[in-house]
Amino acid sequence: MNYKLNIEIAGSLLLARWKQTLVAAIGVTFSITMFIALLGFMTGLNKLLDGLILNRTAHIRLYNEIEKNPRQPVSRVSMYKDFYNFISSVEAVNSREEIYNSEAIIGAIRADKRVRGISPKVHTPAFFNEGNIRIAGVIDGINAREENELFHFYDYITGGSGDDLMTIPNSIILGKPLADQLLVNIGDQVYVTTPSGDIFPLKLIGYYQSGIRDLDKIQGYTSIVTAQKITGKPPDYYTDIQVKLNDLGEAPAIAKEYKSLFGLQAVDIQTANSEFETGSSIRTLISYVVGITLLIVAGFGIYNILNMMIYEKMDSIAILKATGFSGRDVKIIFLMIALGIGIFGGTMGLLLGYLLSLLIDAIPFHFSSLPTITTYPVNYNPAYYVIGTLFSLITTYLAGMFPAAKASKIDPVIIIRGK
Amino acid sequence: MSNSVLEASHISKTFHDHIDVPVLKDISFQINKGEFVSVMGKSGCGKSTLLYILSTMDTDYEGSLLIDGELMTRKPGIRLAEVRNEKIGFVFQFHYLLNEFSVLRNVMLPGLKLNRQSEKQIEQNALKWLNVLGIDHLSARKPNLISGGEKQRVAIARALINDPLIIMGDEPTGNLDKKNSWLVLDIFKELSEQFQQTLLIVTHDPEFATHTNRMIEMEDGRIIRQ
Ligand SMILES: Nc1ncnc2c1ncn2[C@@H]1O[C@H](COP(=O)(O)OP(=O)(O)OP(=O)(O)O)[C@@H](O)[C@H]1O
Ligand SMILES: [Mg+2]
Repeated sequence: MNYKLNIEIAGSLLLARWKQTLVAAIGVTFSITMFIALLGFMTGLNKLLDGLILNRTAHIRLYNEIEKNPRQPVSRVSMYKDFYNFISSVEAVNSREEIYNSEAIIGAIRADKRVRGISPKVHTPAFFNEGNIRIAGVIDGINAREENELFHFYDYITGGSGDDLMTIPNSIILGKPLADQLLVNIGDQVYVTTPSGDIFPLKLIGYYQSGIRDLDKIQGYTSIVTAQKITGKPPDYYTDIQVKLNDLGEAPAIAKEYKSLFGLQAVDIQTANSEFETGSSIRTLISYVVGITLLIVAGFGIYNILNMMIYEKMDSIAILKATGFSGRDVKIIFLMIALGIGIFGGTMGLLLGYLLSLLIDAIPFHFSSLPTITTYPVNYNPAYYVIGTLFSLITTYLAGMFPAAKASKIDPVIIIRGK
Repeated sequence: MSNSVLEASHISKTFHDHIDVPVLKDISFQINKGEFVSVMGKSGCGKSTLLYILSTMDTDYEGSLLIDGELMTRKPGIRLAEVRNEKIGFVFQFHYLLNEFSVLRNVMLPGLKLNRQSEKQIEQNALKWLNVLGIDHLSARKPNLISGGEKQRVAIARALINDPLIIMGDEPTGNLDKKNSWLVLDIFKELSEQFQQTLLIVTHDPEFATHTNRMIEMEDGRIIRQ
């Protein structure tokens, strides 16, 4: 098989009709450009929106729920075994929100190889005082550095520094709308009333903005020690343990395991946020459908130009066959023309798609929920470029296959006689 | 026996066009090395049809065909293409050249396809034949920019490039004026006499035929004299 010669012939046929082939190639270019830009933009947005939830949500959250004992004394009495009972106003058994034996549990989870990291938390309701008015809110005592590693805490600090939470004693970070409402600036004192009625002065060292305004209006963060101090609890007092896993998909199984192992409530991210994945996958699906539709249209363009070329080049095909080129050679030549269009158009499409992505990436975009974002998000995942290349090759091959098969079957005798 | 270039035995062909039209009826003959053979006959007697069968392009016939001792009948298309490339040079009535390629490249194509010699050697060979045919000055031109007579000489050079066993022509002078017809006839005679090239040429022109070594006359799909 003399590929070099076939390539030369394919190239000459292509160049002889370069305007039409260019139009066909532009069709491929356009569809690949749109495919790359669209997918990059869509998945960029998806990542952003998912990140809004995923970044800040623990894969598994362990906590102690106040609940009634499922086995009430009456059900233990054998004489009422076949009866049904109603009890109203049942007292909860565990009146404390704290996680018992927290140090041992934290140690055990940290040792688990499936776990990327954990961040224990002290959660307490509190009132923020502004003159006579008391605003109800919550304070979370966190280890700022761990919280940042797992939940990108620092990304949401809009004023001051998150690290200061660990170094400055009795410090607090407030949601920006809450701070505005309390008329406090960084450096000012914030007065907090605890559930037990004590008033603590804390120093405001930063603003926090999660993007969810209702949350920011009630949220305050302090260090774990400060939180334990204002609630008057010992140093091993924790209310939540947030776990991040290496593999998000394992969350439900591991949550179940921890639940029975530690006797705690365990909620996995899939259960807590079941709807967000559907939105992402539908957006991605739409992008793929649009991209592939464009490619199919481009494929018809290639099919047309090849068919036209074959009608025009009947004589040439007849000569090639008469001088010793087999049907297979002719088929390969026309497939090469199709793939040539596909490779050229596809490469240009990848390039333009990348440039268009850069352009989208440069458009200013201010998202009040995400202060760190200044331009539209774009995902430059190389996988889309690979998929784009594969799709363009496959569609051009399919578009070229039928005309090429037709060309290979042209009977030179009929053409030569027809003159 | 090794002298035989082409051997047709009992070749018949019928077109099935609503009714059966027998076009060739039991044709048998043999062409030996170095012969310059012409095929004559009235229009419609089946000359072209016969030539397409002999050139292996038409495979739908009864009887058998041997080229260079090898049976062509019912060979796969790929092998037939190889045989056409290597052993048969074809000259058509209309000068079929590829307008996408220069004259030189057109002549070289079957040689490049055969791929026995280097590109350089094939080019030199092509230039030699263009020179012999007096058109070497046109080698860089595109075929659509040269005259009909010149095109026919390019086609002859292309037929010669692989040093074929036999050159076949279907009225190669049919579309040319007197002067150019004589030129082509002279070229064939020269090829036959100087290079001992075997030729099988279909023609309408009795004058042309008288200059060949051997005349095959056809009538109604049969050979009546050879
Ligand atoms: N595809 C076909 N279907 C039916 N009949 C055909 C077909 N091709 C050719 N014929 C008939 O076969 C006969 C022989 O045709 P052919 O072209 O071989 O004649 P020819 O001797 O070359 O004539 P000319 O000298 O005019 O070129 C003619 O009667 C023609 O009408
Ligand atoms: Mg004829």
